[in-house]
Amino acid sequence: MMRFILPLVIFLALAALLFVSLREDRDPHLVPSPLIDKAAPAFNLPQLHEPAKKFSPANMKGRVWLFNLWASWCVSCREEHPVLMALSQQNVVPIVGLDYKDKNADAEAWLATGGNPYVLNVTDAEGRIGIDYGITGVPETFVIDKNGVIRYKEIGVVTPKNLHDTILPLVAKLEQEP
Amino acid sequence: MNKLLIAALLGLLPIASWAGEAKDLAEDPVVEKRMVALASNLRCLVCQNESLASSHAELAEDLRREVREQIRAGKSDKEITDYLVARYGDFVLYDPPVKSYTVLLWFGPFALLLCGAGVLFYQLRRRRKTVPETNLSAEAHQRAAALLEDEDKQ
Repeated sequence: MMRFILPLVIFLALAALLFVSLREDRDPHLVPSPLIDKAAPAFNLPQLHEPAKKFSPANMKGRVWLFNLWASWCVSCREEHPVLMALSQQNVVPIVGLDYKDKNADAEAWLATGGNPYVLNVTDAEGRIGIDYGITGVPETFVIDKNGVIRYKEIGVVTPKNLHDTILPLVAKLEQEP
Repeated sequence: MNKLLIAALLGLLPIASWAGEAKDLAEDPVVEKRMVALASNLRCLVCQNESLASSHAELAEDLRREVREQIRAGKSDKEITDYLVARYGDFVLYDPPVKSYTVLLWFGPFALLLCGAGVLFYQLRRRRKTVPETNLSAEAHQRAAALLEDEDKQ
């Protein structure tokens, strides 16, 4: 009897393991970021609407903010756009955008027609700052605390669900921190 | 004739789009060789089963550019891989370091081998017990010998 039960148990365990790994919410592309709880990488980039003016993460010291990397050519970013628009109207947390490997004219045209949820945008035409932030594609969104430390990273589209379940509660918590 | 020419030119398009990296190779084969050697051991984050050296993803191209520039700036191989690990984690390494969470990866196969050897050893010992050597009586021995001899003669 044992000689049948043991292989069956091993088979079922393996099948269960493979089944769990196949589940939709387990995306192998979601690589855990080593940047969580580290200082947001510094940069000093020209702003999209006023290229003469620069922006650096240091400018946001003392505030909790979202850093959203996007591009006008990115299809998923358009999916995310209404969520960011609704968030910006609530006035709970400023969203700074980084226009990743894009043409300024395209980005400005998209924000003019689709609406602009950002307090400001910086441009990273060569994608160098994207590499510093360890992104593998756009959109990606970072939650950065008052001391300029990255506390959370959303890989891919910010959905209403992960906004309300994860990002906004974290922002409220970080607002309480000194 | 014109159509043929256009078709021939279209055929050249994919080559033209690679001219960017071909130029890098022509300009500095030493840097390029070191970059490829380094990048072969790094994972492309977009198409995860490809190495950074062979991937055509845009991010991989940017990362190769980054590696190239750091080689030119005189950085050591270790400094360059550390730079990438700081941004993308150990996941970029095809040769991951031994850490608490990679113990299973490194030693799991050996543990399985040991388990297999253990099971095999146990089974062989059990079999020896269940099939005891039969002790033949002197008479049976003779009969067996006679039968074997008979066989030989035929």
